[in-house]
Parts: sequence; C-alpha cells; structure tokens
Amino acid sequence: MCLGIPAQVKTISNEAAKLGIVEIAGVRREINLACVCKDAQSPTELVGCWVLVHVGFAMALIDEAEAELTLTLLNELGELQAETQGARL
Amino acid sequence: MSTISNTEEGLRYLDEFRDPALARQLLETLHDQCDRLSQQRQKPLQIMEVCGGHTHSIFRYGLHDLLPDSIELVHGPGCPVCVLPKGVIDDCLRIATAPDTILASFGDALRVPGAKKSLLQARAEGADVRVVYSPLDALNLARQHPDKTVVFFALGFETTLPATALALQQARASSVDNFLVYSNHITILATIRAILQSPDMRLDGFLGPGHACMIIGTEVFRFVPERFGIPFVVAGFEPLDILQSITMIVNQHLNRAPALENQYTRVVRDHGNAVALQAITEVFEVRESFEWRGLGAIDQSGLRLRAAYRAFDAEHCFDLGQQKIPDPSHCQCGEVLKGVLKPSQCKLYSNQCTPEQPQGALMVSSEGACAAYYNYGVPRDQCA
Ligand code: SF4
Repeated sequence: MCLGIPAQVKTISNEAAKLGIVEIAGVRREINLACVCKDAQSPTELVGCWVLVHVGFAMALIDEAEAELTLTLLNELGELQAETQGARL
Repeated sequence: MSTISNTEEGLRYLDEFRDPALARQLLETLHDQCDRLSQQRQKPLQIMEVCGGHTHSIFRYGLHDLLPDSIELVHGPGCPVCVLPKGVIDDCLRIATAPDTILASFGDALRVPGAKKSLLQARAEGADVRVVYSPLDALNLARQHPDKTVVFFALGFETTLPATALALQQARASSVDNFLVYSNHITILATIRAILQSPDMRLDGFLGPGHACMIIGTEVFRFVPERFGIPFVVAGFEPLDILQSITMIVNQHLNRAPALENQYTRVVRDHGNAVALQAITEVFEVRESFEWRGLGAIDQSGLRLRAAYRAFDAEHCFDLGQQKIPDPSHCQCGEVLKGVLKPSQCKLYSNQCTPEQPQGALMVSSEGACAAYYNYGVPRDQCA
C-alpha cells in the first residue's frame, strides 16, 4: 500500500478534473493528477513527466535532475570503492 | 502492490536503482565503514526501517543477508494493515452484512483475519465486499449503485491519506449521498514519537518512510536527531536507495553527528506536498488516541473525519463499537511489532501461520514483516 509505482504521464484525459492516463506495467490507467498540479499550472504540462502513483493518485513528480544526482553519487561511491578498496572512505 | 515492471515504462526509475554491480560496491563500502565503526563501538547498530515497504524491499533483494553483522535491522510498525486491531475488522463485517450495503477496500485489508473470519471469507458467504485499487473506485461504485450505500474502509498512513481526503472532497462537491468512509487512518509521525519515548527504546538510527515523507516532508522529523540524538535518513525503496541510506546512517555515527538527511531527493521535498497536505487538513482531524494491534493505544495517532464531513462518516451511520478483541494468546504479533521477537521466532511462524492461512495481520500484507520473512524463505528459528 505504501509502495508507489513510477509511471510516465501519456495524455491528459480530463483537464478540468485533472485526470491523466499513465501506463503501469503495460496497463493504461486513468489517475488523478491534482496533487502534482500547482494551482495555475495546466495538467497538460505534465505530459511526458514521471510521477509516482499511489492508490490512483500521482503523489509526487519524480525530479529527474535529483534522480541523476543520486545516481552520480552512487556511482562515485562505487567507483571510489572499486579503485581504492575503501582506503580513502 | 508491487513495483514490478517489465515494460519500458517504469524501467528508467527502477532498474537504475537496482544495479547489482553497484549494489556490491556499495556493500563493500558499507563493510569498510562498519569495520571502522567497530573500533569505536562493540554493539551492533540497530536501525529501524519504519515502513513496511522497506521491509518488503530488504527481503525481496536479500539485503538482510548481505549486510555486515554490525548492522541489525529492526522492522518497524509501518505496515498499516498489520496494526489494524481485530475489532475494526469485526466492525467492517458488521457494515458488510448490513442490508443494501457494499463494503470496499484494498485487497490486503480484506484478507486480515477478524475474530472469526476475514472480510473476504464473509464475501464467500454472501456479503457484498469489493476489492478496489483506489478510494476513487469506491466513490465510482457509489455513483453506479445509487440504491446502495457504499462504505470505503479507509486505512493507511500519510501515503494513502490524501487519496481518501480528495475522494471525500469530490464526493461532497458532487453531492454523492450514498458514499461513506470508515476512517482507520493513522499517522507515522505520532508513531515514531511513541517509539522514541518508550522506555526500552534502543535504536541507533531510522530509515525514514520515503513515501510518508513525500506527503508530510522531512522537516517534521528534525526533532529526532536534534532532541533524541538519533540519525534519521529518509530513504527510497530500491535496493541502492536502502544501501545508500544505511551508509549515510553509519557515516553519521562515524562522525558522531546525528542529522536529518534525505536520500530520496528525487521524490521527497523538505515540506512535502502542499496540495495533499491541504486536503488532509480540510477533511481530517486528530483523534485523542487510537488503538493499534500489538502496540496498544497511541496518543494522537489516529485520524477521523471533521464535523463538516459528518454526512460521509460511517462512524455516525453505523453503530461501530471500537470493540476490543484480544489476539489469541499463542499469536506473538505484538512482540514482533515491538521488535522484541523476530518473525521467525514466533511459535506459529510457518507452521500454523502462513500467508495462505494467516493467524496475524503481519502475515497478510506483503509489507508485513512475517510475510516478508516467509515469502523470502527465512526458516523457522528453532532455538527460540
Ligand atoms: S507468525 Fe503469524 S502469529 Fe506469529 S507474529 Fe507473525 S503474523 Fe503473528
């Protein structure tokens, strides 16, 4: 119940109700985007964005830049380990 | 619910955080760090993963077997299904068997054993019980069945709370008058506070609940390092997320600098999700106290509907006693929930209690500690 599923917003199905279509494991589903639409923003700007889906709602936008940053950090940690076998850590 | 995905979709943010080669390197780093830490302290670090989602990932990827001996994971009470008191299930059974009533909830909740049976067993006997994926599906059921009362059995932490709140807001805005909610929502914040204040608290760090924090933010947990001196790292759910978060906690110990850190920055922001928080505040208020299975009453840990939503509140429409039904004495769910016993040390584990025939709720949900142990083949602890 607390595990979210990352999914990419494909289309907006109802702009006024802030509903959009995502694809999760090959299945298309309508989800509610209200929590990731800032007031003024139109949901159409979310098409192509990655969101985390919980019980029918997109609860967070996945920040791609932050995801890259974490992966870079992880890779650095890993490389450092491979090179120095931990001597410098 | 699982995060399994075999299509292009989802792969991007799942596979990259599951890279086995990188995981091995991180584990080596962690082993090195722990070697250094062992020069400062003898006792293992006891780290609580608060969220059942973390418990599930830890076992699914076998991390429990790969961690250094000086790291001991304590499974927290963060599976909302597992802490449901039996009395609540019996309340729901009463709702489900009322005339012209449909009871809807998530699949896991419907499999929890009550005093005599689960809600799914009641369905087999003719009660109208429906599995839904979202509270919105329950609201749609109400729209499709105007001649019936649809009761959504709502449960979960801050993660599912906004969904219930938003569904209720929609129901009110569109004047759906045959939709009720039985709120058994609980808050993880109050729970962590209760854990920290319990006299036998001996934790050395928290893997913070990433998806609850996605809603409530990280700042609300600043008191953990500042008042209690215990590291708190908000963690994602993929294996690399968990390994990195443990590394961060060990580092804080090495530097003797307990802090609030956020490993899951791709999803969690300092102040959470404003839209979700606003919906929660508008719809819910805190109960003085709420009874948890195995843990007893925890102050201010439960949420009920505000007076403005009374027309949608199942507690006002049904006579729900909040009756207390103790667990059978041979179940050791309480000890497991408190971290005193490991699931594999419970007398019933894997012989009388299995996911097919659960005796306790911890065996029901895939996020429950007992189900995680069982599904990933942890044998019964013979010496217990
Ligand atoms: S094995 Fe079953 S009875 Fe024992 S603690 Fe786990 S859920 Fe409860």
